Amino acid sequence: MDKFLPKSLFEILVEIWGIYNFSLKYFKNFFKPPYEINETIKQFFQVGNKSLGLVSITGFIIGFVLALQAIPTLEPFGATSLIPAMISIGIIREIGPVITGLICAGKVGSGIGAELGSMKVTEQIDAMEVSACNPFNFLVITRVTATTLMIPLLIIFADTVALLGGYLALNIVSDVSISLYFSQIFDNIKFDDVLPAVIKTFLFGFTIGIVGSYKGYTADKGTESVGIAANSSVVISSLMVIIWDMIAVQITNILF
Amino acid sequence: MAGSSEIVIVLEHVKKSFGKNEILKDISLRVKKGETVVTLGKSGTGKSVTLKCIVGLVIPDAGKVRVLGKDIPSLTYNELQDIRKKIGFVFQSGALYDSMSVRQNIEFPLVRNSDLSKSEINSRIEEVLNDVGLAEAVDKMPSELSGGMRKRIGVARTISVNPEIMLWDEPTTGLDPETTRDISNLIVNMQKKYGVSSIVVTHDMICAKIVADKIAVLHDGIYSKLGTFDELEKSDDEFVKSFFVAENSVQNEVKN
Repeated sequence: MDKFLPKSLFEILVEIWGIYNFSLKYFKNFFKPPYEINETIKQFFQVGNKSLGLVSITGFIIGFVLALQAIPTLEPFGATSLIPAMISIGIIREIGPVITGLICAGKVGSGIGAELGSMKVTEQIDAMEVSACNPFNFLVITRVTATTLMIPLLIIFADTVALLGGYLALNIVSDVSISLYFSQIFDNIKFDDVLPAVIKTFLFGFTIGIVGSYKGYTADKGTESVGIAANSSVVISSLMVIIWDMIAVQITNILF
Repeated sequence: MAGSSEIVIVLEHVKKSFGKNEILKDISLRVKKGETVVTLGKSGTGKSVTLKCIVGLVIPDAGKVRVLGKDIPSLTYNELQDIRKKIGFVFQSGALYDSMSVRQNIEFPLVRNSDLSKSEINSRIEEVLNDVGLAEAVDKMPSELSGGMRKRIGVARTISVNPEIMLWDEPTTGLDPETTRDISNLIVNMQKKYGVSSIVVTHDMICAKIVADKIAVLHDGIYSKLGTFDELEKSDDEFVKSFFVAENSVQNEVKN
């Protein structure tokens, strides 16, 4: 088949097929014992707690900057009262999930890719396999479950911090009470804004976990492949976050 | 050290290629219960691949691999896992799980594959660490251990589950002569204490001399010679001689 396709396109298709099969294996193995509850909890901590600081700082700055940028644009029209509504819709529907998703693809995705990649290279995964301890359940299911459930929480948290950042920026130039700010936000945000945005964050989380695990788990021999696994985890999962986002927007616009 | 007549490992006309590189051309080997077979051969001649065929990590292109009466390539994943519980595989690097302490490393297969209680597991950990002479390392992380210690902990983890068959991938390579003797004596003791059948892959003649009931020489993808240490020492085959000449020259140098 590779004779009929350009090598790079063929490689892309092989990669997509590999990730697809890896995802299927995740769902097939998810309900099968052994259930690695303790390791899953540990991974929740790894993914959630350790990314909290980074996600908070990014979220805060995004909200802050977005409000600061909006003020001079809307001020000539006397429309500064619309700023809370504008930034909240922007953050909750789009910027919060995508930016946090990308940050997590970088931090969490590369971590998973590098960790599993080095375990593969140093034969630790083979060692689990031959001692009859299912490494897929212990390493992959725990991590993917953790990213699928924690990254949405991180995104919701980052959205909240971004809204606070927006409030601070607005408070610098004009005097707005926090209750007025949030009441304006909740007046303008509808269920239709929040639900699709939250649903796509689960997709982001799953993608980041599965791509990182796939790249690490299938790393070749040699130290170099650890770097490649980490690097390509970030590149592929970032790209997929953007692609999922585009698809999610199209579906949301059709449904809501 | 001769074993009984029951044959636990059978390899018949096993072939394996990686791409165009034909590693195993026609491998046949039988290991009886309680017997220790040493495999000698140059690096890259497929000694480790042979071991990986036995545990089902590598599926041969052709030929028969039967372990404890089961045909390995035709087993389902669960059946393969059941057989693997009876096989111990000592990796060349030790393959310790980096993120876990020595105790957690040894616990890992015990918690998952045995019915032992917490206190029984603890006493088993103590016992196997005493066997390898590293009782004090129980709470250390693998990164705090030297290469030889890692190897010995790898051995402790493998013997903790009382396997019927042990596969040793270069257990003494890179170790000092004293530790080499310790590990070699450990292999002999395992055989005496538990009646374990072993295949030991090595280039180390000290280890071969101490542990081998039989030596199989792997040359050019086939087992070219099979015999006891003394028989092979008298062999006229140039390739076989080269191992013994190297060993004798070292001994002479030491004497001088």
